[in-house]
Amino acid sequence: MSLDFIIAAIITVVGLTTPILLAGLGELVVEKSGVLNLGVEGMMLMGAISGFGVTVMTFNPWIGILGAAAGGALSSMLFAVLVLQLNSNQVATGLALTIFGTGLSSLLGLSFVGRIVMPFGSIFPDFLARDPILKVIFGYSPIVYFALIMVPVVAWFLKSTRAGLILRAVGENDHSAHSIGYSVIGVRYAAIAFGGAMAGIGGAYFSMVITPMWAEKMTAGRGWIALALVVFAGWRTGRLLVGAYFFGILMALELYAKAAGFSFLPSQFWAAMPYLMTVVALAVISARKNAGGSAPACLGKPFLPST
Amino acid sequence: MGIINRRTMLKAAGAAAALPLLGRAAFTADKVKIGFIFLGPIGDYGWTWAHNKGRLAVDEALGDKVETVYVENVPEDASAIPVIRDLAQQGCKLIFTTSYGYMDQTIEVAKEFPDVMFEHCTGFKRADNVSTYNSKFHEGRAVLGTISGKMSKSGTLGYLGSFKVPEVVLGVNSFCLSAQKQNPDAKVKLVMIDSWFDPPKEAAATETLINLGCDIVTTHTDSPAALQILEQKGLYGFGQGADMSSFAPKAHLTAIEDIWGPYYIERAQAIVDGTWKSKDTWDGFKEGTVAIAPYNEAIPEDVRKLADDVQAGYKDGSYDIFKGPIYDQDGNLKVKEGEVMTLDQLAVIDWFVKGVESAA
Repeated sequence: MSLDFIIAAIITVVGLTTPILLAGLGELVVEKSGVLNLGVEGMMLMGAISGFGVTVMTFNPWIGILGAAAGGALSSMLFAVLVLQLNSNQVATGLALTIFGTGLSSLLGLSFVGRIVMPFGSIFPDFLARDPILKVIFGYSPIVYFALIMVPVVAWFLKSTRAGLILRAVGENDHSAHSIGYSVIGVRYAAIAFGGAMAGIGGAYFSMVITPMWAEKMTAGRGWIALALVVFAGWRTGRLLVGAYFFGILMALELYAKAAGFSFLPSQFWAAMPYLMTVVALAVISARKNAGGSAPACLGKPFLPST
Repeated sequence: MGIINRRTMLKAAGAAAALPLLGRAAFTADKVKIGFIFLGPIGDYGWTWAHNKGRLAVDEALGDKVETVYVENVPEDASAIPVIRDLAQQGCKLIFTTSYGYMDQTIEVAKEFPDVMFEHCTGFKRADNVSTYNSKFHEGRAVLGTISGKMSKSGTLGYLGSFKVPEVVLGVNSFCLSAQKQNPDAKVKLVMIDSWFDPPKEAAATETLINLGCDIVTTHTDSPAALQILEQKGLYGFGQGADMSSFAPKAHLTAIEDIWGPYYIERAQAIVDGTWKSKDTWDGFKEGTVAIAPYNEAIPEDVRKLADDVQAGYKDGSYDIFKGPIYDQDGNLKVKEGEVMTLDQLAVIDWFVKGVESAA
């Protein structure tokens, strides 16, 4: 195995991992605030079309990526109003958001069919980004670095800031947080918007970076992998990063195993691995209750103040 | 398009207004409804895009006699049954189910509706009210293989597949044999992604094939994702189902274009005339069902000539890539010297020729 081969394989893994890492980080924050949003796939698609559309119209991918974040966040607000204001069932509403986002993104995308956009330029000097070896560090789209930076940022926010503490308090015991004067609904709105923005950027990674084009349903189920990833990570940021790369490596292994002609395991096995591993992780987490990383206590429950 | 739109509403209103004057004549002007079941979104630029172009051709040719409706993104599992049944209940007289994976579902619904005619694309199960039709994509892939065999520097070609169904196996074999005709040492690395449409996975699989040494990748999945990756890497590939050159002007050498329109018009006309009969149709270059998109200027003159010769050979029947000797992956002789595989054999082929490397 040559060095070139390993570098190319790493670049493929990073490409496969980045969107699920972004969407997973967003969903982690949402779930930490006590809300389960199953609409990740729909929000990713809304981000994919918003980012693509804004880039086509402004000729600027940086503005496009803001559009992607806005598209994801705006679609998540539909969900937020329904579950926070009207106390609708979070599971059903999240699924509805996926269906709605899929349909609306197709509709919005009609006029962008067949268009292409210029991808991001490199943010590092060209000789670093194009160097056959150094490109493994410097050769990615800015979104990849953004995703990696957001991991410690989210971890720090949840662990060491006052706002993060309040968010976790809301997720663990909404009534207590409410009784000492914190706005449960307000915190959850903010968390859902953040989750939507991150999913939107994750979706835009497809339409703006990997394949600079718009095609209906182009996320092809990656939102569900992001959801599985949050569970796999046991609601912990560090594990989310490890898990995302683990899933990314599994997805790449499937392709390499097929292309290289390894047939000792059926290919469907590799494709099912992320989900199998999530089940295993869940089993381990629930067997070791004190190991930390169990689900926030209020996850999925509507907040109904008693007074 | 559409089940009810403003135009059909106006026409219905117009017909109602004319009713007292024309009597029964207004009723006989009823349009025959024709339904289409599509695998992907019509905006996939590939397979479904091409079928939808065929549907639009029917609208154009017979628009005053027929009305077409379609459902896109229909999964190839049991959930297709209610969708097909729904089209039949809506009054469709002819229903095209446009993917291999709808075969059993089509047969099942056809039993319930003996008065509705069905056309299943790329399958092999027929009934009195179920026809099958297919296109000799493998003839097109012989052209792509010829170009690849001649233009590849590494001699290692990539093939991005979907599922191990006869159509794909046939495509892989045709591509590989044709490349080997130009370069006896040519190898084909094959990845099946277990999906017809998954742009991120198509992109990653293409990167994988490139990393394993492929410098030309041909796609048997439905989006232009692979071409975009090839464009970024300065390598070559081909469009699938439709001309995809707008997505990758440098990488796109040419494409297999699926031309369904004439067949769809013929069958729709047969329903209107009441002459429809169940049959099996498998057309190719000769009938115009398969066409080759304009060549990229990167293809040298001598390679164009070879590619044109293959096309011409299929059109006049003098060329067939499935002529013995043909060996399978393990080196067993499958087709003897001088023998030519029959269409019946090709339709159910499930083994790969020598030189194909795959895990499928």
